[in-house]
Amino acid sequence: MGIILNHVSYVYSEETSDEIRALNDVNIKINDGEFIGLIGHTGSGKSTLVQHLNGLLRATSGEIYYNGTDIYEKDYNMKEHRSKVGLVFQYPEHQLFEVDVFTDVCFGPKNLGLTKNEAELRAFDALKQVGLSEEYFYQSPFDLSGGQKRRVAIAGVLAMKPEVLILDEPTAGLDPKGRDEILGLIRKLRDENNISILLVSHSMEDVANYVDRIIVMSKGSVLMDDIPREVFGRYRELEAVGLAAPQVTYIMHALKEKGFAVNPLATTIEEAKDEILKGFVR
Amino acid sequence: MGIIKAKDIVFEYIRRDEEGNVEGITRAVDDVSLDIEKGEFIAILGHNGSGKSTLAKHMNALLYPTEGTLWVDGKDTADAANTWDIRQSAGMVFQNPDNQIIGSIVEEDVGFGPENMGVPTDEIWERVGESLKAVGMYEYRKHSPNRLSGGQKQRVAIAGVVAMHPKCIIMDEPTAMLDPNGRKEVIRAARALNDVEKVTVILITHYMDEVIHADKVFVMDKGKVVMQGTPREIFSRVEELKELRLDVPQVTLLAYELKKAGLHLPDGILNTEELVKELWELS
Repeated sequence: MGIILNHVSYVYSEETSDEIRALNDVNIKINDGEFIGLIGHTGSGKSTLVQHLNGLLRATSGEIYYNGTDIYEKDYNMKEHRSKVGLVFQYPEHQLFEVDVFTDVCFGPKNLGLTKNEAELRAFDALKQVGLSEEYFYQSPFDLSGGQKRRVAIAGVLAMKPEVLILDEPTAGLDPKGRDEILGLIRKLRDENNISILLVSHSMEDVANYVDRIIVMSKGSVLMDDIPREVFGRYRELEAVGLAAPQVTYIMHALKEKGFAVNPLATTIEEAKDEILKGFVR
Repeated sequence: MGIIKAKDIVFEYIRRDEEGNVEGITRAVDDVSLDIEKGEFIAILGHNGSGKSTLAKHMNALLYPTEGTLWVDGKDTADAANTWDIRQSAGMVFQNPDNQIIGSIVEEDVGFGPENMGVPTDEIWERVGESLKAVGMYEYRKHSPNRLSGGQKQRVAIAGVVAMHPKCIIMDEPTAMLDPNGRKEVIRAARALNDVEKVTVILITHYMDEVIHADKVFVMDKGKVVMQGTPREIFSRVEELKELRLDVPQVTLLAYELKKAGLHLPDGILNTEELVKELWELS
């Protein structure tokens, strides 16, 4: 069923001279099992949007439906909602706090009111899913590497068994291999568990390589909502709002301008390679 | 001797458990020697935990080597009497702009460093103005830093270092938390400082495309410098970089893939113009 945002706005200091519309009439539908990239420059409203999805902020107007139910209804179970729509913050490893990795991941499910046994089962599953080997389970989370810590933090959210997983810049500060590993893990979670993914990212290359659909935010509004090819095809508009296309898109446009018979809409290295090679096979 | 010279430096730290017993010794920097000339733009690459930040912290005496010697502008960092001079010669910019800004107005923040050094008031204002102009933030001098974007804050942090008139600036992943525009702004500011003000820049980054304009690249792994050369030389070694958990710019990777598929392209293509030109000649 997914999440539907219907004319959602969020206004700070409404009806004063300092009024700021952080979200302005946002209409979005997130379907089950989708892998969506959310891009926008700093201050475009991405984080505000994300916080609405799991109920940390409440819209000043408009409705949000989760699986058909209005989440602002009086008797709506917001605590359960937050376990279904999991949010992994930026630098989530700063929120690790328990004495060992396993206890840390148990914290969420225990908080949901599950028995110790059930919580531990879930923690075990979640840590397996993120690919952390058992030798680390009883180590202090602070002794792990940056990439490992981030996996533990993601496992902490997975242990809540979310149906939608929102990740705010999950690869910031990781080396290129670490980036690929985390993004590969996220793709696997979507493919194997049919979790919908909303990936907030500043890396156009990562977005182009992994997502099915891109939502572009600017000044609190949805500027574009389309497949990567279409969005990055409008790279001039993206630049005007402080974003860009992946480098390959620029290469393809430069080739086309030079007179090569290439379709410039490639957004990944693989697509670009195939498109260029076509021109050389006679 | 260059502005920064390291000779056989080693940095070890002792890991202890909760009771304070020694668990082991980690060698974060392992026998590194390098010589950075005045006015160079240097990039340091390496995966998380490869020792690059530890090495960088040696360059302004936040750490000093367990073995070997590191000189900044000819001064030995291990000698505590040199610490103040070294911190003036070599300024540092970190990843998170929010942790580096203390003033409530941009120009006050930038003036903090020179004021601390005892620079006369008139000259402080002069330096503040110049530094903000150098990073393109002069028009924001009266603003409150907390209303600025990440890229703008980071440029204010850089201006704060520039105002101390350092001979070299070490930037430890200054763009890791920024959006594409913010990244461009910061890299542009770093290059301008190097080109125009002739400040030596040492840039640590995980973004390969920020490295292509460097004069020289050092690649670290397990505390050692395992590769060094021009960006073109380094990015010609695609497979080796991947083994070190690194990458190459997208254009370099595309050229590499096309070459593997049979096109006669040179190694180490660094920008779009080069690739377009090479392909045009082939067609």
